Amino acid sequence: MTPTGFEISGGETVLFWVIAPLMVLAALGLLFVKRAVHAAMCLVFVMVSMAILYIAQEAPFLGVVQVVVYTGAVMMLFLFVLMLVGVDASDSLTETIRGQRWIGLLIGIGLAAILGGVVANAAFPPARGLEGGDPGGVANPQALARVLFGDYVLAMEAVGVLLVTAAVGALVLTHRRRLAPKQTQESVAEARIKALPDGVILTPLPSPGVYARSNAMDTPALGPDGEQVPQSVSRVLRIRGQERPAPPGPAVVSTSSTRGTTGSAPESEKDA
Amino acid sequence: MDITNYVVLAAVLFAIGATTVLLRRNAIVVFMGVELMLNATNLAFVTFARMHGDLTGQVLAFFVMVVAAAEVVVGLAIIVTIFRTRRSASVDDVNLLRG
Amino acid sequence: MNDVIGLAPWLVGLPLIGAAILLLGGKATDRWGHWLGVAASAASAVIGFILMFRMIGTPAEERSIDHHLWTWLSAGGLDVDLGIRLDPLSLTFVMLVTFVGTLIHVYSVAYMDHDPHRRRFFGYLNLFVAAMLTLVLADSYLLLFVGWEGVGLASYLLIGFWDTGRPSARENAVAAKKAFVMNRIGDMGLIAAMALLFAGTGALDFGTTLSDDAVGSLSEPTATAIGLCLLLAACGKSAQFPLQAWLGDAMAGPTPVSALIHAATMVTAGVYLMVRSGPILEAAPTAQLVVVIVGAVTLLFGAVVGTAKDDIKKALAASTMSQIGYMMLAAGLGPAGYAFAIFHLLTHGFFKAGLFLGAGSVMHAMDDQTDMRRFGGLSRFLPITWITMGLGWLAILGIPPFSGFWSKDGIIEAAFMPVEGQPWRAWVFGTVAVLGAAITAFYMTRLFFMTFGGRRPRWAENQHPHESSPLMWWPLVFLGVGSAALGAVLGIGGTFVTWLEPVVGHAEHHEPVLPVPVIITATLVVVVLGALLAFRMYAVSLVPEEAPRGSVLTRAARRDLYQDAANETLVLKPAHGVARLVQVGDRDVVDRGWGALPQAVSWFGAAFRKAQSGYVRSYAAGMAGGVLVIAVVVWLVAGLGGAQ
Repeated sequence: MTPTGFEISGGETVLFWVIAPLMVLAALGLLFVKRAVHAAMCLVFVMVSMAILYIAQEAPFLGVVQVVVYTGAVMMLFLFVLMLVGVDASDSLTETIRGQRWIGLLIGIGLAAILGGVVANAAFPPARGLEGGDPGGVANPQALARVLFGDYVLAMEAVGVLLVTAAVGALVLTHRRRLAPKQTQESVAEARIKALPDGVILTPLPSPGVYARSNAMDTPALGPDGEQVPQSVSRVLRIRGQERPAPPGPAVVSTSSTRGTTGSAPESEKDA
Repeated sequence: MDITNYVVLAAVLFAIGATTVLLRRNAIVVFMGVELMLNATNLAFVTFARMHGDLTGQVLAFFVMVVAAAEVVVGLAIIVTIFRTRRSASVDDVNLLRG
Repeated sequence: MNDVIGLAPWLVGLPLIGAAILLLGGKATDRWGHWLGVAASAASAVIGFILMFRMIGTPAEERSIDHHLWTWLSAGGLDVDLGIRLDPLSLTFVMLVTFVGTLIHVYSVAYMDHDPHRRRFFGYLNLFVAAMLTLVLADSYLLLFVGWEGVGLASYLLIGFWDTGRPSARENAVAAKKAFVMNRIGDMGLIAAMALLFAGTGALDFGTTLSDDAVGSLSEPTATAIGLCLLLAACGKSAQFPLQAWLGDAMAGPTPVSALIHAATMVTAGVYLMVRSGPILEAAPTAQLVVVIVGAVTLLFGAVVGTAKDDIKKALAASTMSQIGYMMLAAGLGPAGYAFAIFHLLTHGFFKAGLFLGAGSVMHAMDDQTDMRRFGGLSRFLPITWITMGLGWLAILGIPPFSGFWSKDGIIEAAFMPVEGQPWRAWVFGTVAVLGAAITAFYMTRLFFMTFGGRRPRWAENQHPHESSPLMWWPLVFLGVGSAALGAVLGIGGTFVTWLEPVVGHAEHHEPVLPVPVIITATLVVVVLGALLAFRMYAVSLVPEEAPRGSVLTRAARRDLYQDAANETLVLKPAHGVARLVQVGDRDVVDRGWGALPQAVSWFGAAFRKAQSGYVRSYAAGMAGGVLVIAVVVWLVAGLGGAQ
C-alpha cells in the first residue's frame, strides 16, 4: 500500500492508446453519421470500450455493470425505440436554426478546450491506485459492496425506488387507450361476410407465381375463371410498381393450382 | 503514461457529447449525446477513484449509471409518446412554447 | 321666555319636514303639496311671532339666548354644538324670512298654477326657508355655514328650475351654474375665515368668538384677514363687487324666487354676516374700510346698471345690488351703522319683495313679457299692482313717510359721521350715498313710468292685460302696506335701533359733518330732481319701442358695465391658459414620460421574446454557453487566486 510506488503498466498504456483514439472516433461518429441506427452502433462501441477501460482502471464491477446496463439494456432500449420510430428515419444534417451549428461547434470546442486546459494545468497528487500491491482486483467488488451498502445504503434504496417509479412512469406514458372494441377472430369473420356484396373474396386468395420465369412472387395468380387476381401479389411489390403482368393467353388451370399450393400464402390483410 | 490522460479522454468525450446534443435534431440521437456525456463523467469518476485510492468515486459512477438508466426509460417513453402524436422524432418540431 | 324656547327648533324643522315630504313624496303630493308648503312656512311664521312677542316682554339684557340642542362634533380642541341663538337680530331675520316668505308662498300658488312641477317648486322653497332660518338662527359659524350652503343649493335649484334640458332652457342652466360657482368663491372666504378664527380663538361658536376676550386676543393683522375673508363670503352671497355678476342672470328663475331669494332674504345674508361679526370687524379698521368701499362701489355700480336695463327684472336686480351696497356701507361704519343696515335690510325686504311680486304680476298679465319698452299705460288695467308697486317705488326712493326714508336716511346720516383721523371718509362716502339715492330715484321712476305710465301702450299684439287672482294681489297688498308703514312704525322714536341694541351695542352719537336737516333736505332735493328727470324722459316724452343706441355709459351699463367681459379677461382666460399649460405639461411631459417606461419594457420584452424560439436546442445552447462562461470565469478567478 505504498501510494508513491504506483505505476501504470506498459500493457495498460498500450491498451489506452489503442482504445482511446477509437473511442473518440466512434464518439465523433455519433456527431456525423446520418442514420440513427449507425449512431447507436457507434455509441455501443464507445460504451464497450468504456467498460474495458473501467476494468483496466481497477473497476471490474463497474466494467461488468457498464456492459450489462448500458450496452445490454440501455442501448437495446434505444434500438427498440429506433425500430418503433422507424429504422430508416434518417436525420437531415442541414441545419435549420440559424447559427446553431456554429454556436454548437464553438461551445463543444470551447468545452473541450477549457476542460482539457483545466486538467492539464491542475496539479494532481501522485496517483495511489486502489489495491496497492494486491493484483487481480478480486477484493474490489467486495470493497465496493461495503461502501455501497454501508455509507450509501440510503441512497441505494432511494435509487431503487427511483427505478421502479421510472418503470411505472414509462408504462403510464406509453399506455394507449383502446378507442375501438377489440378485434377478435369472430368479429373479423363477421366483417368479411358482411362485406361480401362489395366483391370481397371469402376464400383465401390464390398464391402468386403462375408461369414463374424469374421471380414468381411478382406475377399475379389466375383465378378459376382464368382472370388475373392482382391482390395475390404482395402489396409492397404492387406499391413499388414491380408487378409483372401475367402473359396473355389461355391458362392451364391445373398447373396454376399445383403451383399455387406450393407457394406461400399471400397476405390477405387487405380484406380485413 | 500519466493517469490524467484518462481525464483528458473523458473531457473530450464530454465535449463531443455536448456538441451532439446541440447539433443533432433526431431526439434519439440527442439522447445518445446525453448518454455519452454521462459516460464521460463516469470515466472521470473512476479515474479519480483510482487516483485518490478512494472507492467513493466508483460508487458515484454506479449511481450515475442507475439514474441514467431510469432517465433513459422515462426519456424514451416521452419520445415514443411524442412520436405517436406528431409522427416526428425531431426536437425542432416540438416548439409550441415559442414566444 | 324659557317656556317657549322649545318651539325654536321647529322654526327650522317645519319647513324642513315640508320640503322632505314634498321632495320625497313624489306625485302623490301633487294635488295638495303647494298648500303643505304654505302651511309649513306659515307655521314657522306663527312660531316666529310667538317668540318675538315673548322676547319683547323680556328685559333687554336677557334678550340673547343660546339654546343648546345637542353636541354636534367634538374633535380635539374643537367643540361645536348644534344650537340656536335667539336674539333681536336673528328674530328680525326670522320675521322677515317667515312673514315675507309666507306671502311669497301664497303668491306662488297662483303664479305657478300652470307649472307641472309646482310641487317640486314648493319643496325647494321650503328647503330654502329651512336653510335660511338655519343660517340666521345658528349659534356658531359652522352651523351658519350649513345654512349658508343650504341657501346656495336652494338658490341654484330654483334659478335652474325651468331648465328642462332643452336647448331653449340653456339660459337657466347657465345662470344657475354661474350663481353656484360664484357663490363657491365666497364660500371659500367663509371657510378660510372659520379656519383663521379657530386658529386665533380656538372656537367657532358666536358666544366665544365674538366675546371681548376672544376678539381682544386676535392680533390686528389676523382680525383684518378674518374680516376680509368674511367680506369675501358676504360679497359672494350678497352679489357685491367684485362677485356681483351672477345676480342679474339669476333672474332667469321664477319671479317669486327672485323676490324671496334674490331680493328679500338670501342676498342679504352677507349683511347679516357682517353685522353678526361686528366685534371682529371693529377690531380691524382696515377691513371695515374695505367693507365700506365695497358697499359704496356696489351701490353706484348697481345704480348705474339699473338706469340702462330694459328688462324689468334685471333692473330690479341691479337695484337690489345697489340697495345691498347701502347696507354693506352701513355695516362697515361700525355700531352707528349696524342698526340702520339691518333696518334698511328689513324695509328693503318688504318693498323690494313687493316690487318683484308686482313685476311678476305685470309679467303674468303681459304673457311673460319682461321688456319694459313693451309695457306702458298699465295703471288702468292693473290697479292693485299699480298702487302697491307705487308704494314700493316711493319707499325705495326714500320719500317720507314711506319706510325707505327711515332706513336709508339713517344710512346716509351714518355715512356722514366723521371718522377720527380720516376726515375725507365722511365726505366721500356721504356724497356717494346721496349720489346713489339720486340715481336710485332716476331708475326706479324710469321703471315705474315705463311700466304703468306713458301716453300710449307699447304692447305687442294680442295683449289683454288683466289684474291677477286674489291669491297674487293679497300678498302685494300686505307688502305694499309694509312698504308704506313699516319704516314709520319702527323708525319713529328709534324703536328698531333700541330693539337691536342688545346685539350691536349702543353707538355713541357723533354729529355728522353736516347738520342732519341739511342732509335730509339735500337728499330729498336730489331724489326729487332725479325722479323728475326720469318722469320727463319716460312719462312725458315718448319711449321708443326699440332701445336707442345711447351714450357710451348707457351701452356699458346695458352690458352690466362689462362685468362679464372683465371676469372673462381677468379670471377665465388666465385660468384657461394655466389649465391648457397644465394639460400640455401633463400630456407631453408626464404622460409621455411615464408612457416611455412601459414602452421600454415592451421593447425589451419584444427583444427577449426572440430568445424564446421554442427550440430545445437553442435553450440547450444557452445553458451550455452559460456553463462554459462560468467555467472560464471560475478558472480565471481560481487561476488568479492561485497565482498570488
